[in-house]
Amino acid sequence: MSKSIYAYIFVMAVVSYLIRVFPLAVIRKPITNKFVKSFLFYIPYVTLTVMTFPSIIYATDSISGGIAAFAVGVLLAVFTRNLFVVASGCCITVLLLSFIL
Amino acid sequence: MDNQRKNIRKIFIKGMRDGAPIGLGYFAVSFSIGITARNVGLTALQGFFLSLLNNASAGEVAGLSSIAAGTSLFTLAAVMLVTNARYLLMSCALSQKFSPNAPFFHRLLIAFDITDEIFGIGIAYPGWLEPMYMYGAFLTTIPMWALGTVLGIVFGNILPQVLVNALSVAIYGMFLAVVIPPCRKNKVISGVVILSLLLSYLSKYIPFISNASESVRVIVLTLIISSAAALLFPVKDSAEGEDANE
Repeated sequence: MSKSIYAYIFVMAVVSYLIRVFPLAVIRKPITNKFVKSFLFYIPYVTLTVMTFPSIIYATDSISGGIAAFAVGVLLAVFTRNLFVVASGCCITVLLLSFIL
Repeated sequence: MDNQRKNIRKIFIKGMRDGAPIGLGYFAVSFSIGITARNVGLTALQGFFLSLLNNASAGEVAGLSSIAAGTSLFTLAAVMLVTNARYLLMSCALSQKFSPNAPFFHRLLIAFDITDEIFGIGIAYPGWLEPMYMYGAFLTTIPMWALGTVLGIVFGNILPQVLVNALSVAIYGMFLAVVIPPCRKNKVISGVVILSLLLSYLSKYIPFISNASESVRVIVLTLIISSAAALLFPVKDSAEGEDANE
């Protein structure tokens, strides 16, 4: 059992690494194609947004806590780009709400 | 020469500093992954390697449920491919941040830890990506990720539920901190972000795609929205692209 868990972990690690290294190793020149260039430029914004919303709303015990965390997160992110401030702001919001509600 | 060494050190420390809050968030998330791993029956050492070698939250959770279900290693590989496919896209985008003069081995090393958050700060780095910046960030994040999993396995449910609950939004807060600030400077980005918010919400209720797993949903929406934005609003030149990344 213990041996096969390491086999699982090994397969997971290999697949995870190959996915990440393949594009980095293959695409070594600056892409000049305008479409591809623009496409890659927009990817991070779309991916991170889609991963955040609506998942953040359903991440906690109560939807109201999730919505509040989202609102506070957006507000804080407008005024600071500090990851730590925004992340802790969201957490504190949920924590406070769980005591009040 | 001495000046250059000083500069590299500065960049490395900046990476450590930017990585620190991510590391804290990682610790919280990987602690909960540790609890899952404990329930599946992993030892602390197995959990350590699981997180050290994978650096993927959704991927690890999906992998753990495969272990619990006793699927074949082939199925496991397929599951990992799907849950981690977004890193393929991120890696494509990140490939353009490397200076043409950067030695190749940096790509092999940095590939090891392309996570949602590391990708976020890497993309946000002004100009060409500095490998030393990434290594600095690795130093304050990778150990936290592995340590969180180990402690989650060892201590299980020692954290009160209210805290676990509150910590579960930390990662999303970080994503917001990466995505929102550029919206203030670039109208197209803010349009793309708002559209992504709307479509992402709607996609939870649209018949076909709402049945898909979270990672498939992320990939499909990313492909559709990024292509549409690229067609309608092509990035004019690299100078503007970098400016928008600020």
